[in-house]
Amino acid sequence: MTPSGDLIVFDNVSRFYGDVLGVNNVSLSIPPGITSLVGPNGAGKTTLMNLMTGLIQPTQGKISVLGIAPDDPENLFRVVGYCTQFDNFPRGMTGYQFIYSFLRVQGYTEQEADRRTWESIGRVNLKEAAARKVAGYSKGMRQRIKLAQALSHNPRVLILDEPLNGLDPMARAETIALFEALGAQGVHVIVSSHILHEVDRISDQVILLSQGYVVAEGQIQGVRSEVQDHPIQVMIRCSNPGALAARLFEEPHMVEARVHDDRHGLMVRTRDADSLYLLLNRLAADAGFDFESIAPADEDVHSIYQYLIGAEGAAA
Amino acid sequence: MKDLSAMPWGLWARQVGSVARLEVKKSFLSKRALWIYLLALLPVILTAGHSIVESYRSRPGCSIPEDTMIFAGIFQFFYLRLGIYFGCVGIFTNLFRAEILERTMHYYFLAPLRREVLLVGKYVSGMIAAVVLFTISVAASYLTIAAHFGAEWRSFVLQGAGLNQFVWYLVVTVLACVGYGAVFLIAGLIFKNPMIPAALFMVWEGINGFLPAFLQKLSVTFYLKSLSPVQVPVEGPLALLVQNAEPTPAWLAIPGLLMVSVAILFLAARRVQRLEVSYTE
Repeated sequence: MTPSGDLIVFDNVSRFYGDVLGVNNVSLSIPPGITSLVGPNGAGKTTLMNLMTGLIQPTQGKISVLGIAPDDPENLFRVVGYCTQFDNFPRGMTGYQFIYSFLRVQGYTEQEADRRTWESIGRVNLKEAAARKVAGYSKGMRQRIKLAQALSHNPRVLILDEPLNGLDPMARAETIALFEALGAQGVHVIVSSHILHEVDRISDQVILLSQGYVVAEGQIQGVRSEVQDHPIQVMIRCSNPGALAARLFEEPHMVEARVHDDRHGLMVRTRDADSLYLLLNRLAADAGFDFESIAPADEDVHSIYQYLIGAEGAAA
Repeated sequence: MKDLSAMPWGLWARQVGSVARLEVKKSFLSKRALWIYLLALLPVILTAGHSIVESYRSRPGCSIPEDTMIFAGIFQFFYLRLGIYFGCVGIFTNLFRAEILERTMHYYFLAPLRREVLLVGKYVSGMIAAVVLFTISVAASYLTIAAHFGAEWRSFVLQGAGLNQFVWYLVVTVLACVGYGAVFLIAGLIFKNPMIPAALFMVWEGINGFLPAFLQKLSVTFYLKSLSPVQVPVEGPLALLVQNAEPTPAWLAIPGLLMVSVAILFLAARRVQRLEVSYTE
């Protein structure tokens, strides 16, 4: 096994569509677990996914998925499953036929293809609809049958482009639980999504993209620390927020302090969280402030995303 | 040098079979293929109609040799230049083009399947559809054109020269599907509108008899004309449409056509290997 045998590696990869930039100078190493690609429309999320599955080729740079080049589909797709955004299906097929046919194309025997088809349909709870034509499925069911197809050969890398689109809350929760279970088993689960709070909940690491560039990557807290100038928000619940705000503004690292409407809390923004926490400890011990709770309010993808990409991106 | 015996030929054969099965369903059961059925049915209606009309006449209007000559004309002018030609345009250009338009190509590209194997599977499926349709059509129209002669015709077909003609018409039909299939498969990979290559290639095939000997060999009809069992009695420049100035023997024409087809499929495989799926067309 090569040193990159357990990683998905992008080495200085760029992709242009004519004069239009897809992604530029991307270098990444993606370990097992759940990795989220986050960014507004046109940021390059789908381009990255299509590059790592060989649907498109890089203009420059090299990609390797668990040591396999994307232009070697015969070996690559033994270990990779890709659930694309494309919502089209071969005409006239039932859910069962859709999965079974492509398992047969992979070379599985009739028996094995049948067994795997039912297993994967069961994983997305579509057994009752398996005999119906996919054309008659709802958006959420189509999304689930695509997911079942991507899972049907038990891949080590599962790539999912906007997989939660169109799912109802119940199916969404089940799908997220499935991703988490796969991630816990050591499967690479790579997810792109605009639904940031869900991505935030399930991700082991995030890759933030904007206009074809990787603007930050790593574990959520690691990404957070990469953004040195990004003021940290801390929520403080206390009995006398007005006095506390006045005291905190004496500190040079403070950016903002807003008293809650209920007059029992304070939202502060600081450029130096460590100094803030030390100060709060001192105020509790020496100045008689009574703190109910102190918690970082923004160590999630959404806030970093908003900060890095701006309100327009966050709204996408 | 790769060890050919170590390659997974069994797996590839299974994959070709699976792709072909999947594609044959699409080729045969699609409503869009209806006009190809009609194309194949047309000469059968014509020859069967001729036979029915003749059977009601008190004196036969033609002889068996005349009927076989008429069939030779139908075969050369209708089957080879229109029926099988446009049938193959409809079947083979859509093998990849239709999937790109319907945005379903990625399902194959995301399977552990060599793209050359996919190409072969699709080509085999097109061959099954075209060969079944047009050999049945050719056989039916040949057998019905002189059916009004009854026992005399049956004897001609089963014991006389008819059997040889019948077999060669079927062989030429299969070879026409092989050649046109390869040409229109690659055309579907290159051109967005298949009617453009169909028209261009038709012109090429039409003027082929007037071209230098080397260029004539880069054609499908060049080989097929030499293999047709009955020569159509056409004189003047039009004769070059149905016969070669220097007829090529079968032992050269058949491998020649197969080699041209394999070369085209090789180029098509290179094209498929580089094909990207972005559906932006």
